Amino acid sequence: MAVDKKYETPMLDQLETGPWPSFVKEIKAAGEENPMANDLIGLLEQSYTERLGHWKHGGIVGVMGYGGGVIGRYSDLPEKYPAVSHFHTIRVNQPAGWYYTADVLHKLCDIWDKHGSGLTNMHGSTGDMVLLGCTTPDLEPVFSELTELGFDLGGSGSDVRTPSCCCGQSRCEWACYDTMGLTHFITQKFQDELHRPAFPYKMKFKMSGCPNDCVASIARSDISIIGTWRDEIQINQEEVRNYSKNGVNIVKEIAVLCPGKCIDWDGNEIKIDDSSCRHCMHCINVMPKGLAPGKDRGAVVLMGAKAPIVEGALLSSVIIPFMKIEEPYDDMEFWEVIEEMWDVWCDNGKARERIGEFIQRVGLGNFLDEVGLEPVAEMVAHPRDNPYIFYEDYLEEEDEDE
Amino acid sequence: MADAKPQRLTDIGPPHHDRFMPPIIKKNYGKWKYHEIPRPGVLVHTSDSGDKLYTVRAGSPRLLSTKKIRIFADLATKYCGGHLRFTSRHNVEFLLTDAANIDPLIADLDALGHPVGGTGNSITSIVHTQGWVHCHSAATDASGVVKAVMDDVIDEFKTMELPAKLRIALACCLNMCGAVHCSDIAILGIHKRIPQIDLKTLPKLCEIPNLIASCPTNAIRPTTYEGKPSVEIQEDQCMFCANCFTVCPAMPIADPDTDGVSIWIGGKVSNARSEPMFSKLAIPFIPNNPPRWPEVVEAVRMIVDLWKANANKHERVGEWIERIGWPKFFRMSGIPFEKTHIDDFKHAGLTFKRSAHLTY
Repeated sequence: MAVDKKYETPMLDQLETGPWPSFVKEIKAAGEENPMANDLIGLLEQSYTERLGHWKHGGIVGVMGYGGGVIGRYSDLPEKYPAVSHFHTIRVNQPAGWYYTADVLHKLCDIWDKHGSGLTNMHGSTGDMVLLGCTTPDLEPVFSELTELGFDLGGSGSDVRTPSCCCGQSRCEWACYDTMGLTHFITQKFQDELHRPAFPYKMKFKMSGCPNDCVASIARSDISIIGTWRDEIQINQEEVRNYSKNGVNIVKEIAVLCPGKCIDWDGNEIKIDDSSCRHCMHCINVMPKGLAPGKDRGAVVLMGAKAPIVEGALLSSVIIPFMKIEEPYDDMEFWEVIEEMWDVWCDNGKARERIGEFIQRVGLGNFLDEVGLEPVAEMVAHPRDNPYIFYEDYLEEEDEDE
Repeated sequence: MADAKPQRLTDIGPPHHDRFMPPIIKKNYGKWKYHEIPRPGVLVHTSDSGDKLYTVRAGSPRLLSTKKIRIFADLATKYCGGHLRFTSRHNVEFLLTDAANIDPLIADLDALGHPVGGTGNSITSIVHTQGWVHCHSAATDASGVVKAVMDDVIDEFKTMELPAKLRIALACCLNMCGAVHCSDIAILGIHKRIPQIDLKTLPKLCEIPNLIASCPTNAIRPTTYEGKPSVEIQEDQCMFCANCFTVCPAMPIADPDTDGVSIWIGGKVSNARSEPMFSKLAIPFIPNNPPRWPEVVEAVRMIVDLWKANANKHERVGEWIERIGWPKFFRMSGIPFEKTHIDDFKHAGLTFKRSAHLTY
C-alpha cells in the first residue's frame, strides 16, 4: 500500500542516533509502505511533544469463540491519525523456548504484512509473539491464516496466560527437567482455560529448568515450576583443579559465598556436604565444567507471584518441595492439585484477586486444608512468631456437642 | 458452485518446538555437558557426544518490523541452516554448528546495527513494556527510555567486566507488565495526580461497585452526581496506583506535568547465593524528559558505576547493598533519603531497622 503522508519528527529523530538498535528506525522502516506504521510515527511524535499517551482503554474485540488473545486498542485522535484509529494487539502463542526457522518467520511476516501494521514485539513480557496494530475486520483473517500455519493465539484477561519457559534441555546442561516439553504439554492441556477467561483473574505458569530461573518464574508467575535435584552435586575434581589453576579463588569466590556453608576446598579436592546444600546454583555457575546438578532431578513448585496491582507485589512461595517431572505428563498427580487449587480460588476468590493474594487473605494453612495438601516446613521461611493461633481442636469439640 | 470452506481451526495451541529446533539440538537434547563463553555474546555448549553448538547473541529493541525479522531470518539461512531463537530478554540468538561462521555473522550483525553481547557478567537487553507506543495507562514511554539508557551503557553489554550480571527492567506504570519488581535496576513509570473523574460519562462506562472495590486504600467513595450514582475520591488516601482507571475509563490519571519515573534497585530472581529479592526504592521521582530522559540515563549510569567500583566479585547490586547497608549506599550515592523511602503499605514495620547494626 502506498503511503502519501509524511510526518516531521524532530523528537523521535533523536532516538535514531546512538549505538543501540533503534525502535524508531523499525517503525519508520515499516511506515515506508504501511500506513498504520506511518500514522503511528505521527501519533508517537505527538506523545513525545505532549508527554502524554494517546491510546484509549481497550474495548472488547477478539476472534469468534475466544475470550482472550486480542487486546483492543483505539487511538483518541482517530481523525488526525486514521490508520491507527483501531490498533489492536494480537498475542500469538510462541513455540516453547522461542525457537523458529527462517521459513516460518517469513510466513508469519507475510501474514502480518498483509493484514497489520508490520510491527511486532519479539516477544511480549508473558512470552507471546506480539503483533502490534490490527483493525477489527482483519482479526479473523489473521487468525485463520495463523492457524493454517499451525499457530494459535495466546491468553489475555482472566484466563491461563501463555505459559513460557527457559530453553531448558534444548541448550542447557543445568536443566533439571524438560521445560519445553512440559510447557508445550501444559499449553495444550489447558487450551480451553487459555482461550476462554473463567477465573477471578489471570493465571500464569512459568517453567525454569534450574534455580537460576532465567524466565523469572518466582517473580512473574502464579505457578512457578523451578528445576532442582535431591542427590549429590556431580563433581569432576580434575576440572575443579583446572578452574583453581586458571584463577578462580575457590575459597573466596565459592566456599565463602555458599549459602549453606557446605563447601570445603583443601587446595586439591572440593568436598560438598550435600545435606546442607541449598541448591542455589552459585558453585555450579562459577565452575560449569567442574560441577553439575545431581542425577535425581525434578522440580520445586512455588505459587503466588505477582506485580503490585492490587494488594502489593508477591514472590511465589513453596507449595511442593520436590516432584519428579517425567513423561507421560498426563499421569502426574500434580494436575489434580492444580484443578483443586483453581476450584478453591474460583469459588472463593474476589474479582481481580490473584491466587497469591487470595492465599494471603485466607491464610496458607487454610488454603492447604481446602486443597488437601499437608503443611511442611519447606513452605515457610520460619514458623510463626506470634501467639495468635486459631487452635482448631476446640472448634471440633463444639461440633461434637451439637 | 459453493465454496468449499476449510473448517475453522481453533484450540490448536502453539506448534511443537520440534518443528523449529536445529538438528544438532534435536540430537543432543538433554545431553549437554557444559558451556563456555569464549568471548562476549558467544556461548559454546558441548554435549556428551562431543558435539559443539555455538550461540551468537545480539541485542534487539524488542519492537521489530517484519523487515528486520526477515533480515534475521535471512542471516540464519546464510549462517546456520535457518535456525534462530529469541531469549526471555528480547535478544536474538543464532545457533551455529560451524565456528568459522561466527566472525562473519558478527560482522553482519554489527553492520546491521545489532550489537553482539549480553552474556555473563554484563548488562543485557532491558525487559520493558509498551509505553506511549501502544498502552493506554502509561505514565512514561518505554522504548525511548530504554533506547537512551542502552545507548549509554552499551559498553557493558558488549563486555563482561562487571562484578556480576546486571538486569535492568522498565515498566511504564504500576501494572508492571514488565514485572520489574525483582530487577537490579528497575525504572518504573508513576503518576502523582489523582484521577480526574469524568462525571458525565462515568455512569455509562463503569460499574460503580467494581470501581469502588478496585481501590486498595478505599479512597473511592460512593456519591451522587445530578441524581445518578457516582463516586468521589478521598484525595489524601490516593496512592496513584491507577487500579481504578484499569476498571473504569472515566477515571483518567495520566498527566504530563506530574507523571514521570522512579528508580528501584537491588532486586534479583536468581537463587544464586542469596534468595530472590524485591527491588527497593532509590530515587522517588524523575520528571519525564523526552526524547532521551537524560536525568534517568545519568541516574542509571551513576548506580552502575558505583556498584562496579565497589562490589565484590559475584555480588549482585542487592547483595552488595545488603553487605554495606542502605545508609552507606545513600551516603555513597548522594541520593537524598526522604519520607517516600519509608514504607507505609502492608507489613511496613518489617522494613524498619530493628537493630543497632549501623555503619557510621
